[in-house]
Amino acid sequence: MLTVEGLRSRYGRIEVLHGLDLHVDSGEIVTVVGANGAGKTTLLRCLSGVQPVSGGKITFRGEALTTVPAYKRLSRGLAQSPEGRQIFTNLSVEENLRLGAFLYSDARVDKDMEDAFQMFPILREKRNLAAGGLSGGQQQMLAMARALMGRPSCLLLDEPSMGLAPIIVQQIFDVVSGLKALGVTVLLVEQNAFGALKIADRGYVMETGQITMQGAAAELIADPRIREAYLGI
Amino acid sequence: MRLSSKHLTLIIMAALIVAAPFFFPSGYYFRVGALIFVNALAVTGIVILTGYAGQISLGHAGFAGIGGYACALAPVHWGLPPALAVVLGAAVSAALAYLVGRPILRLKGYYLGVASLGFGILVAMVLNNERELTKGPDGIEVADLGLRGLLKDWGLNLSNGEFWYAFTGLCLVIGAWIALNLFNSPSGRALRALHGSEIAAGTVGIDVARVKLQAFVISAVYASVAGSLTALQNKFVTPDIAGFMHSVEMVTMAVLGGVGSVPGAILGAGILTLLPQVLTVFAEYEQLILGLVMMLVMIFLREGLVPSILRKIRGRGE
Repeated sequence: MLTVEGLRSRYGRIEVLHGLDLHVDSGEIVTVVGANGAGKTTLLRCLSGVQPVSGGKITFRGEALTTVPAYKRLSRGLAQSPEGRQIFTNLSVEENLRLGAFLYSDARVDKDMEDAFQMFPILREKRNLAAGGLSGGQQQMLAMARALMGRPSCLLLDEPSMGLAPIIVQQIFDVVSGLKALGVTVLLVEQNAFGALKIADRGYVMETGQITMQGAAAELIADPRIREAYLGI
Repeated sequence: MRLSSKHLTLIIMAALIVAAPFFFPSGYYFRVGALIFVNALAVTGIVILTGYAGQISLGHAGFAGIGGYACALAPVHWGLPPALAVVLGAAVSAALAYLVGRPILRLKGYYLGVASLGFGILVAMVLNNERELTKGPDGIEVADLGLRGLLKDWGLNLSNGEFWYAFTGLCLVIGAWIALNLFNSPSGRALRALHGSEIAAGTVGIDVARVKLQAFVISAVYASVAGSLTALQNKFVTPDIAGFMHSVEMVTMAVLGGVGSVPGAILGAGILTLLPQVLTVFAEYEQLILGLVMMLVMIFLREGLVPSILRKIRGRGE
């Protein structure tokens, strides 16, 4: 579904992605794990179109994506929940969700919003409140729900567990693994390698702008090098 | 909920506009009222641009100047009726806003503020220096709108002050209605979204540059129509209408009242139009008092008057 070949990207003169290759097949949950500064977020920024690509190519559902501007990628079926959540703090929860479905007509939106409330009941309670007043975990749920309102075939998630309490992190990961049943393909970028690998089908390990290891998630969890470097076991 | 608050706002506005004349001690106050309404109309455009979309313009007086001079020049040179001159001015303003805004609004940050500042100054310079066309700094006469005479023929005999009070009041209610409708429409949500986070706005499929441009063009039309109404009402227009101080005045009114709020825009315009009239007694201290009021509002009611007051009321209610 999503193929990345030889992806390079730079901030000014400093190259941070040195030719990445990865692919995500339809229906999979794939995770990219790695330490701070490995380039995980830059990778996602390239995929969502807000970071210029200096080499390589991105293909999504058989079409070149590299030169498609960010705002057109959702209509191709690629949604993302960006790093730091980036919800619209001044708008109400409901307005945030409606914006997630900016591309669609209202009848469909009401039904999708009902689904989102089923998935995250807390959002229903808070639907008329300003999103900026939500707790961190609730904001993360809102960011994910908003991304799903766009009915994507593939969802990019950037560090959904960042800065959240362990119990909330578990809840978020449960929802992510539930997306599979909804037919949504997921690319999950995480620092929390253990949590991410537990719910993923396959994983990539990223270090300083390169993929250093890849394989089935279960194998990666069992790999002694990974256990030592990322899982702290 | 929102829907009713929109209608409530419009009903209160209309009621105030209708009721206020019963308390006017003299006919002069119709003139002050009309001034407030015209300023409030221009500031409503600023609310859309700055309050909804988060973009700052320091050159909106340039569009007011185009609207004003369209009413002065088009009837004389092309024989257009003044009412059509208003439309022409709005169309020219919209086209210029599109051309100026298109390259600038692709950039983030304060580029629009700086570039629009340059645009406003440019318009003022043209109006000052193209003497053959605009008669320069002394200003130029503007033809009568003709609507008052028409109403008289229909048996509705209004004084000049009364007519302009009613007419600009009506224009303001229409302008506010459009702005309030925009607020809750998908386009309005898109504007407010990019105010919050441009990156996230892009990820939900909003073409950020295009939506910003729309807001800039709409607010330019508001300023242009307000400029036309000013010129028609005064039957005279000078290049000051496009001056930098006028641009700053619009932004100040919006910020004072509460830049995200249409009623705030109207209150801000009301206060800053009235204060100088009230403060004439203090003559040389007028600017000092104005400055002090602005500082106090910014220190104690940072969101502007209307949003801060609403918050206080709601806070007490809960």
